[in-house]
This record gives sequence, structure tokens and C-alpha cells, in this order.
Amino acid sequence: MKMKKTTKSNLITYGIVIVFYIVMQIMAGTGSLSSLLKGLLVPLCIYSIMAVSLNLTVGILGELSLGHAGFMCVGAFASAFFSMCTKETITNGAIRFVIAILIGALVAAIFGILIGIPVLRLRGDYLAIVTLAFGEIIKNIMNVLYVGVDGSGLHVSIKSASQLQMDETGKLIINGAQGITGTPNNSTFTAGIIILLITLFIILNFVNSRAGRAVMAIRDNRIAAESVGINISAYKLLAFAISASMAGAAGALYAHNLSTLTALPKNFGYNMSIMILVYVVLGGIGNIRGSIIAAMLLTALPELLRSFADYRMLIYSIVLIAVMLFNWSPKARELRDKYSLKN
Amino acid sequence: MKKIASLFLATAMVASLLVGCGNTATTSDSAAESTTTADGAAFKIGGIGPITGGAAVYGTAVKNAAQIAVDEINEAGGINGTPIEYRFEDDEHDAEKSVNAYNTLKDWNMQILMGTVTSTPSIAVSEKTKEDNMFQLTPSGSAVACVQYDNAFRVCFSDPNQGTKSAQYIGENKLATKVAVIFDSSDVYSSGIKDTFVAEAPNQGIEVVAEGSFTADNKTDFTTQLLQAKDAGAELVFLPIYYQEATLILSQANSMGYAPLFFGCDGLDGILAVENFDKSLAEGVMLLTPFAADSADEATQAFVAKYQEKYGEIPNQFAADAYDAIYAIKAAIEQSGATADMSVSDLCEALKKGITEIELNGLTGEGMTWTADGEVNKAPKAVKIVDGVYTAM
Repeated sequence: MKMKKTTKSNLITYGIVIVFYIVMQIMAGTGSLSSLLKGLLVPLCIYSIMAVSLNLTVGILGELSLGHAGFMCVGAFASAFFSMCTKETITNGAIRFVIAILIGALVAAIFGILIGIPVLRLRGDYLAIVTLAFGEIIKNIMNVLYVGVDGSGLHVSIKSASQLQMDETGKLIINGAQGITGTPNNSTFTAGIIILLITLFIILNFVNSRAGRAVMAIRDNRIAAESVGINISAYKLLAFAISASMAGAAGALYAHNLSTLTALPKNFGYNMSIMILVYVVLGGIGNIRGSIIAAMLLTALPELLRSFADYRMLIYSIVLIAVMLFNWSPKARELRDKYSLKN
Repeated sequence: MKKIASLFLATAMVASLLVGCGNTATTSDSAAESTTTADGAAFKIGGIGPITGGAAVYGTAVKNAAQIAVDEINEAGGINGTPIEYRFEDDEHDAEKSVNAYNTLKDWNMQILMGTVTSTPSIAVSEKTKEDNMFQLTPSGSAVACVQYDNAFRVCFSDPNQGTKSAQYIGENKLATKVAVIFDSSDVYSSGIKDTFVAEAPNQGIEVVAEGSFTADNKTDFTTQLLQAKDAGAELVFLPIYYQEATLILSQANSMGYAPLFFGCDGLDGILAVENFDKSLAEGVMLLTPFAADSADEATQAFVAKYQEKYGEIPNQFAADAYDAIYAIKAAIEQSGATADMSVSDLCEALKKGITEIELNGLTGEGMTWTADGEVNKAPKAVKIVDGVYTAM
């Protein structure tokens, strides 16, 4: 049987993820998995999903987005909010978690469209700056938002918790800078891998579809694409919204992995957006499989360097520089080609 | 061929990842064996806090002070003859990294957790310690939810406690009736104290006339907030913030000729140690803090001297909390008669009971006692800065 080249490549990508899952499960089953790695499994999935989804915007659509963590933040808060509201009414954790993920993805997609309409009219550096600003706005809004629920419905304030004026049954859910506390810990490695596989399935199929080819045509030559009748704005928006919704799903995983959710510069600020961009660039722009591998390696690396104690972050940065040079400097590529297995 | 090569490379990368992890697992196992076989049974106390990033000051202070306490105890023969092993991991003030740090310590076979230093990570980690039923004593995690589970205790006051205590202090001593608050809305500590202060104020006959907020991204110019306070006629400005911002507020208030009373919480501790800060500006500032580095108390002076000699800095309140935390663990172990060969869960049960039965004279308070809900009982101390030194009020 002769498979198409893209089909084969896609199957290898799925295969890597599934093999990773099976190996980890076997190691966990035999007890040879350290607690550190066990705790890292869900974050590894989260950042892989983030990298894959950003690769759709940066690699396939060809637009630089520096606000990807903002979509993750929206998805995280929306899903955690849902879970907190329905903690008592939906007692089946799995069902509630699935709905929470869908809500996180949906809300992030809506934000993606809302932001995309004005932003995608810009190009290049301007678009990057506007997405950067968007990410910061989201983070800052989450920091001043107070939301509570009582018998008469939702109460929202941006000043203080006491201004919500809830009755006795009221439950404060989003408490300003203190965020959401007490989210049920539903995220498991299996759930993470399933979402990663779904993300891969959606994005790889999108890329090889009619819409995907149109998006890539826009990336390669906007004027030529427009001249053959491709609706530039619609396709750009489509890719941007898909990318945002995947980030929202990753955010939902993030929110249900820890019992506390706050919008700090550290987890949802531009530092995180740039970190995800680093995964994409390191893995190869447009290379979905590379994104997963880069995200997993770079998420695990600082933890595996803990034995260096005080020099940990220094060594991490040096490794980052070295890997970038090894991967992308012309001389290094020459060297690699010379000793490559491919010849 | 191209595909095969890339597949090979990818699996090699994944394999290297696994090998790395496998190594950590085996080394921790062998470490565990070596301690047990040498009959060197030791209490393994782990610490977690930020020693890189923006909150590194606090984590470093805790790390160093706990090390001093551990060294002192080990020199004096350990706890009931059993030495302490101590290891500290960095969490960069991030909940996710904190859980990673916790798991790293677990691989090291930690038995008792002294941490984490900051509130948000502490809440995330307490979820995990509850799962493992590990005894957790946080030196400085002040948010309410840090000790929501029965295995978690803290050395510092909780945020609401500080806000309420501050309002009561101002009300009882009739310091002012019109009060302005300047706080960091992006910080859990700051907004937590502010909320309870504002809630308690009316009960104490205090009117909060202005609330000025700032965020972590925007904390260099406070003239707007100060003008707001001045226009509202505030006689006292309450500053539930950290000392770096407070120094700016004090000098900006001075340059605009506004001189109300300033009142702060334990976050202001350390204000006199700031370089290039004109100490005369802090004259008359009052703060509610459990610890003052230049107090005349003998234990404090010995601790400060030791800390300065070893690390070349004046310890802050976080350091004192950590020092007390280690001694509280020691006292609880002695009280309960726990031994190092007990399982993590048994040790937790013993210490949970033990810590409620002890009374500790520490750096941050005389006769500290703990309740089963994790809170500490100690008297709040207010100090006033007079002639450039903290003076008890």
C-alpha cells in the first residue's frame, strides 16, 4: 500500500505522542517514574499544545503573535470559573472536566475572533505589538476582576469583593489578584495526551485541507492569493481562532492541574508568550512535530538541571543559546549535513 | 530516509529525556539507602521558595535562616539525637514550578516540608501535601487558603489577621479617623490585607477616604495616589505593601509637602536597610511586624549577628519566620516523640498533634502556640521608627 507523504509524516507525529504515552504509563506502572517526572507530565502536554497551536499562527499563517499566553489565560479562567460554579451540581468529575475544556476552548476562540477582527488588518511588527498589548490587557483585567455567585445570579465588580453585595449564600469565585482558589484537580496525563492528539489531528488536517492551503498561499504571497479570489480576512481569522481555541484548551488543562489560578506576569504575561514562541522557533517554524519535541525538552530541562542549584537558570540560558546555534547557524547546519544519517 | 532519520533523532531526544529522569530516580533511591544503612537516620526537612526572579529576596532569606537553625540544632546534637538533613529548592514564585520543586524534594525522600515562602505557590503545594499527608509548615505563606488543610500550619499571621489587627491598632490608639490606603492590586498579600482593613475600619470609627491602587507593572510613580489621599484630607496613610514601593511613596510625599502619619504591615520591614534611601524620611513611620532586626532581645541579636557574619546582610522578617519554623518543627517532634524512621504519613499525624501542644519562644513572638486549624497565636508588635531605628511602641 502506498501512503501519501503527508499522511505518513502525520502518522509518525501521532506515533511519537502515543509511544511517549505508552512508555510513561509503563514506567509509572512499574514504579520507575520519579515524582518529579510524574508531576511534569501534565505541564509537558500543556506546553506542547501551546506550541503546536502557536505554530499554526506563526508557521502556517505566517503572522507573529506575542499574546498567545493571553488566550491560555482566558481559557484557564473561563474553564476554572465553570468548574467552580458547577462543583456541587455536576458531581461526575470527568463530564464536568470535558465541558470545562470545551468552554475554555470556546471562550478563547471567541476572544480570538474579537481580537482578530481589528488586529489581522495589521501586518508584521504592528500585529506583533498589538497581540503583545492584548496579552497584557487580559492579564491585568483578570487581576482586578471580582466575580461572585449567589441565589440571584452573577455579581461582577472591578473594585473590591465587598462591592459585590452578595447575600449570605454568595460564593466568591474570582477574587481579584488572588484569582481562583480550589479548582478541582481533574487534569491527568491521559486527558493531556488526548487533548494533544485532538489538537494535532485538527491542526494537521487543517494544514492539509483546502482552507490550510489557502492560508499558506496567503503566507507565501498575499497579493497573488488575493488575485485568485481567496478571502484573505476570513481565512486569517479562521486560522487565528483555531489557534486561540487550542490555547484555551491548554489553559483549561493548566487551571485544573493546580488548585490555585492567578494571572501573574510569570504564568500568563508576555514572558510566557515569548517562551512559547521560543518552543516554536526552536522546533522549526511550521514544523508541528518539532514544536512538540522542543516544548517537551525545554519544559523539562530547567527541572532536570536542579542539581546545579544556584547556577540552574544560568545553565538553562546557555543551553538555550547553544541549541539555537546548533539548530540554525549556517556553519552548524553544514556540519550536521556532513555527518547526517540522511546521506 | 529523511523521515527515518528524523524519527530516529526524535526518539533519541525522548530517550535522552527519559534517561535523565531515570538517573534522578536511581540517585534518590541510592541516597535513601545510604542514609538508612549508615544508621544515620535523619529527619529530612525540605524547603521551597523563590531564590531566582522578582521575589528572590524572600526565598533567599528563608533558605539562609533555616540553614542557620538547622546547623545550630545539628551542632547541639540534633532532635532527640537525630540530625536534620535540609535541602532547599527554587520555585521562582510560580505555582507550577513550586509543585515541581515539591516533587523533586519527594524524590529526595523529604519527610517534612518547611515552605513554601510565598502564598500562591503555597496553596498549590498544600494540595499535594494533603494528597501525600505530609506535614507542612509555611514560614510566610499568609493567604487564608495556605493552611486550609489540617496538615498545614504557618508561622506568620494570615492576611486578614494583619488587616484587622492594623485597623484595631489604629482605632484603639486613636491615631486617625480619616485614612487613605495605597495598595498593590496585583499582589495577593497587599490586596488581602487591604480588603480586611477596609472591612474592619468602620467598626473602629475609621473612615477610609481614599483607596489608591497600583500594579506590579506600574510601581514607580505614586503622585496620583498621594494627591488623592491629600485631597481627601487623610490624616493617616495605610501602606499594606512591601518596602521597595514604600520608600518611593515616602520620598514622593515628602517632595510634595504632604506629611500624614504612615502605617504599614510586616512588608515594610527592611525599609531602613534600603540603599540610598534617606532614613529621615521614614521617621515616625509605624509598622505592625513580629520582628525587628535591631531589637535589644538577646536571641534576636544572636541570630542577626550570625546571619550577618554568614551572609553579609541584615535578616528580615521572612528570615526570622523561617528560623522559628525550624525550631517549631523541632519542638513538635520532641513533643510527639516522633522518630525519623516513621513514614511520612505517620510523622504528619504525630506532628499535627505535637504542634498544637507546644509553646515556643521564638524570634517573632514569645509563647507562640498553634491551633489545629493551622493558625499561630502570638501578640502583634507595633514598632515606630525613631531616630533611624525601630522602637517598640
